[in-house]
Amino acid sequence: MNLLETTKLTKYFGETHAVDRVDFAVRENEVLALIGSNGAGKTSLVNLISGLLTPDSGRILLRGADVTTQSVHDRIQAGVARSFQIVNLFDQLTLLDNVALSIFSRQGKTRRLLTLADHYQPVWQEALQILHDFGLDRVRAMLAGGISQGERKLLDVAVACALRPKLLFLDEPTSGVSTRDKATIMDIITSIVRSEKITAVIIEHDMDIVFKYSDRIVVMHQGTILADGTPDEIRKNNAVTTTLIGTADA
Amino acid sequence: MSTVAVPFEVRSPVKNLAWWVPIALLLVAVPYAIPPYQTILLAYGLIMAIAALGFNLLLGYTGLLSFGHSAFFGTGAYVVALMVKYLHVQSMELFILGTLVASFILSLLFGFVCVRYTRIFFSILTLALSQVLWSLAYKFYWVTGGSDGLRVPTPTLLGRSLGSDEDKVTYLAHGYYYYVLVLFVACVLLMWLIVHSPFGKALQAIRDNETRARFVGIQIRKYRLVAFLVSGVFTGIAGALWVPLNGLTTPDILYWPFSGEIVFMAVLGGFHAFSGPIVGAVAFNYLKTFAVGYTTYWQGLLGVVLVVLVLLLPSGIVGTLTQLTAIIRKRLSK
Repeated sequence: MNLLETTKLTKYFGETHAVDRVDFAVRENEVLALIGSNGAGKTSLVNLISGLLTPDSGRILLRGADVTTQSVHDRIQAGVARSFQIVNLFDQLTLLDNVALSIFSRQGKTRRLLTLADHYQPVWQEALQILHDFGLDRVRAMLAGGISQGERKLLDVAVACALRPKLLFLDEPTSGVSTRDKATIMDIITSIVRSEKITAVIIEHDMDIVFKYSDRIVVMHQGTILADGTPDEIRKNNAVTTTLIGTADA
Repeated sequence: MSTVAVPFEVRSPVKNLAWWVPIALLLVAVPYAIPPYQTILLAYGLIMAIAALGFNLLLGYTGLLSFGHSAFFGTGAYVVALMVKYLHVQSMELFILGTLVASFILSLLFGFVCVRYTRIFFSILTLALSQVLWSLAYKFYWVTGGSDGLRVPTPTLLGRSLGSDEDKVTYLAHGYYYYVLVLFVACVLLMWLIVHSPFGKALQAIRDNETRARFVGIQIRKYRLVAFLVSGVFTGIAGALWVPLNGLTTPDILYWPFSGEIVFMAVLGGFHAFSGPIVGAVAFNYLKTFAVGYTTYWQGLLGVVLVVLVLLLPSGIVGTLTQLTAIIRKRLSK
C-alpha cells in the first residue's frame, strides 16, 4: 500500500523545471533511496512534500488524503518529518533540549507557558532514550553547536524521529561526514527506522550506501523520474548507468 | 528502538532561584539602610528592570530586536495619566488594570503587524509604529498635554493614600518602593517561569533556527505573537509604575531614544542571561543619573560607555561575570 503519492507534481523556478509533473509513490514501511545528480530535483521534491515549497501544480496524497495545500504544521501532525542536507539544529540548546522540543511539540505541550519544562519527566526520559538509541546520550548536556559534524547529522535525524513520524525524509544524512563514520551513521539510522516501522526516503549521493541500505531506488534526472526499481534493477539499468552512476561505479 | 533503561537525573531549576533569596531580602531592607533619594533611585531601577525583562523575552529568547518598546512603556504611563485626567482615578491597582488592558490591545495590534517579519525589518517596523504613537502624543496636545505632558499625583496603594502630614518622599521611598518591589518580584518569577516553560523552550528554538522550529511543528508567528504580547504587557506595567514616581509623563518616553535606552539596558547586563536585563537596568539607571549630574553632554558619555561595552564586554556584565566565574572555577579545580 502506498503511504505517499504525488500526481503530476510540478515546481518551476523561472526557466528551470525543478520538479516536472512527477508521479512519485512511497510504500508503507520501505526504505527508499532518492538519487540523482546535483540539480536533478530530489531536494525540491522533498521540499514540496514536506511543505517547505508550494507546488505550481499537482497533488500530494498522504494515505489518500490530499495534503497539497496543508501547512508544515498540519503535515507534521499527519506524520511527515524530515532532516536537512545542511543540518538545522537549535545550536544554543543542549542535545537533550533539541530532542525534547520535538516531543513537547508532538504532545502539544509547547503552548504551556506557566509550567516548568523540567517538570515533564516522561518527556525528558523519552528524549534521553532517543539520544541513547542514536548513541548521543554521552554528549546530551552539550550545546548542539559544539558537537562534531557526524553527531550533528545524527541529532538532526533524532530530532525528526522524536516526532514519531510515519514518513521520514532524510536529506543526505551522511554528507560532510568521513567515509568511516558514514556506515556507522547509516547503521544507526536504518536500524531505528526499521525497528520503529518508519517509512523512510533517503536522498543520498554515495552509491555504496544507497545499494546497501535501501529496499527500492528512485532515480531523478532534470526534474523527472528516470527510473524506479530495486537496487539490483537500478544497477542493471543502462539509462541510469549512463546518465548517473557511470560504468566504473555500477 | 531499544528499551534500555537510561538513568535520568532530575534537574532542579528551583535551585537556580535560591541565590535570588538573599538579594530579595537585601532589597527589603533597603529603605531602612539608605537615604530616601537612593531608595527612590533604586525603585526607578527596579521598574526599568521590569521593562528590560519584557524586552528581553523578545531579544534574548526569541531573537527579535525591538526598537519600539517605548510605545508600550509610554502606553502604561499615558494610560495612568489619562485615567487621572478623565476618570479621576487614584488607585494604583486600577491603573495597573487599565495598563494591562491597554498594553495588551496595543501589543496585539503592533504584534500582528511586526511578527510577520524578522531581523532589521522587525526592528524598523517596531520603531516606526512607536514613532506614530509619539507623534500622536505630541500633536494631540488637548488630550495628552503635548510637550508639556500630563501630571500624575501620588496614587493610593491598596486603598491607602498619602496622609496630609506625610512627606511625599518618605511615602515614595517606603510604601511605593515596597509596592514596586512586590510587583518586581512577581514579574521576575513570572518571566522566569515563562522562559523555563515548554513555551520558553519553543521561543529559544525559534531564535536558534526558525526552519527547524517549523519542522518540529512550532507555529512560528503564533508563538512570536504571544511573546510580543507578554513583552509589551511587562513593559506597559513598568510604564504605569514609573509615572507616579516621576509625577509627570511627556512624549519623550514614547520617542525612539527611550527604546534605545531599553536596548542599552539589556546589552549592558547581557541579553543571553536571564538576570542580565535586570542588572543592566539597575546599572544603567545609576549610570544615567551619574552622567546627567556630571555633565551636560551626558548622552555623549553614555554613547562612549556603550561603545566600550560592545567592544570589551560583548556578553554584558552578567555574561562577563559568568565567564570569569567559569575560568576561576576551572583553574581552582586543576
